[in-house]
Amino acid sequence: MSFWEYANPLKFLKLSGTLIPYFSILATITIIAGLSWGFFFTPDDYKQGATVKILYVHVPSAFVAINAWFMMLVASIIWLVRRHHVSALAAKAAAPIGIAMTIIGLVTGALWGQPMWGTWWEWDPKLTSFLILFLFYLGYIVLWAAVEDPDTAADLTSVLCIVGSVFAVLSRYATVFWNQGLHQDASLSIDKEEHVADVFYYPLIVVMAGFVLLFIALVLLNTRSEIMKRRAGAIMARSRV
Amino acid sequence: MIALIFRDLRIAVRAGGGFGLSLAFFFIIVIFFPFAIGPDLHLLSKVAPGTLWVGALLACLLSLERIFALDFEDGTLDLMVTSPLPLEGVVISKAIVHWLTTGLPLVFLTPFLGVLLGLQNSNVIFLIISLIFGTPALSIIGTFGAALTAGMKRGGLLLSILVLPLYIPTLIFGAEAARRGIQGFETQTSILLLSGVTLLSWAILPFAAASVLRINLR
Repeated sequence: MSFWEYANPLKFLKLSGTLIPYFSILATITIIAGLSWGFFFTPDDYKQGATVKILYVHVPSAFVAINAWFMMLVASIIWLVRRHHVSALAAKAAAPIGIAMTIIGLVTGALWGQPMWGTWWEWDPKLTSFLILFLFYLGYIVLWAAVEDPDTAADLTSVLCIVGSVFAVLSRYATVFWNQGLHQDASLSIDKEEHVADVFYYPLIVVMAGFVLLFIALVLLNTRSEIMKRRAGAIMARSRV
Repeated sequence: MIALIFRDLRIAVRAGGGFGLSLAFFFIIVIFFPFAIGPDLHLLSKVAPGTLWVGALLACLLSLERIFALDFEDGTLDLMVTSPLPLEGVVISKAIVHWLTTGLPLVFLTPFLGVLLGLQNSNVIFLIISLIFGTPALSIIGTFGAALTAGMKRGGLLLSILVLPLYIPTLIFGAEAARRGIQGFETQTSILLLSGVTLLSWAILPFAAASVLRINLR
């Protein structure tokens, strides 16, 4: 019994089938609880008023958007090294979710920036690198769509994901060098004592946990449908013969 | 490898090789900016480094598709894979040829276009230096993109979507170096970072490009 057992699509389908309801219910509960806690039971910020509450959507979506790319990177490497199809499909399944989270992060940031910074957009390192992340997601998804043979597509996108990671990190530091920013420092960190006040902190943690659960549930769901799509394709090909 | 470089160079400069095309494209792109922005030389000299860098980038992009497409079509690439020269070597020589036929001529054209954009003669040198250090990175990154889309019909548009995000660090450091130089700040940091990007790309991308070529030729 090892983790690699679930590289078998059948076993993966079975396991994910049982897990998805739990993850989705947990995600729903934590997101609703965290958001209502954050929206209705925390005070307004003394300077920002009620706009501070967009934090509860902005930070978790940005967090998931970045980590989805890392998940894709790990899944791609597993595919290149061990050739487990489920891994390649999981990377493919995560990309649309990642790009959606990137868009949510950008849009909520713009909505918050308009009243607070007085502008929808600023060419600030964090904002710019998020826009760049969006471009990388776009390239990745487009490449998946462009290649017909599924194995070739998986190989090419995996290499693109690895190379893209290097250049995404480079771009991140390039934008810091390029323009000193308006965006505040990290809202949360594990090792340092630099995060938002506790009143905002606890609901935020709950919502972030909810977003991560939601991400897991969606990736499992998407991977399942990719596997089923491929099986359906195989059945159709067989019936044609 | 040297034989391969000379072969590709000969093909490139021959009629129909598309040698002058990207240069002409660069020229046209850059002279279109004054039409769009207006003939204010002061303003133009301000946007000149960015204009020339974006122009160089687009001109590079235009010629990428040719790197592998022809050899892929007539089967030369299959021969290269089976030849004793490792595929990484093929990729490197292709990238060198691309730089010699696109990047280097762009650098030579830059002083003339700098005049058109109202750059002072003493300032053009910063642009030339940044382009010399930066364009090799554009070539090798582009070769990787070309390898990724080799064998795809209608790969051109896809190629640009894949390659342009990878060009961002080079563009930022390169244009920054030129701009700092023109405004009279120190340029060493950005030039060093730019060379860092170039060297890193030349160090890792031949392997990535060769591996995707193998996948595409399977």
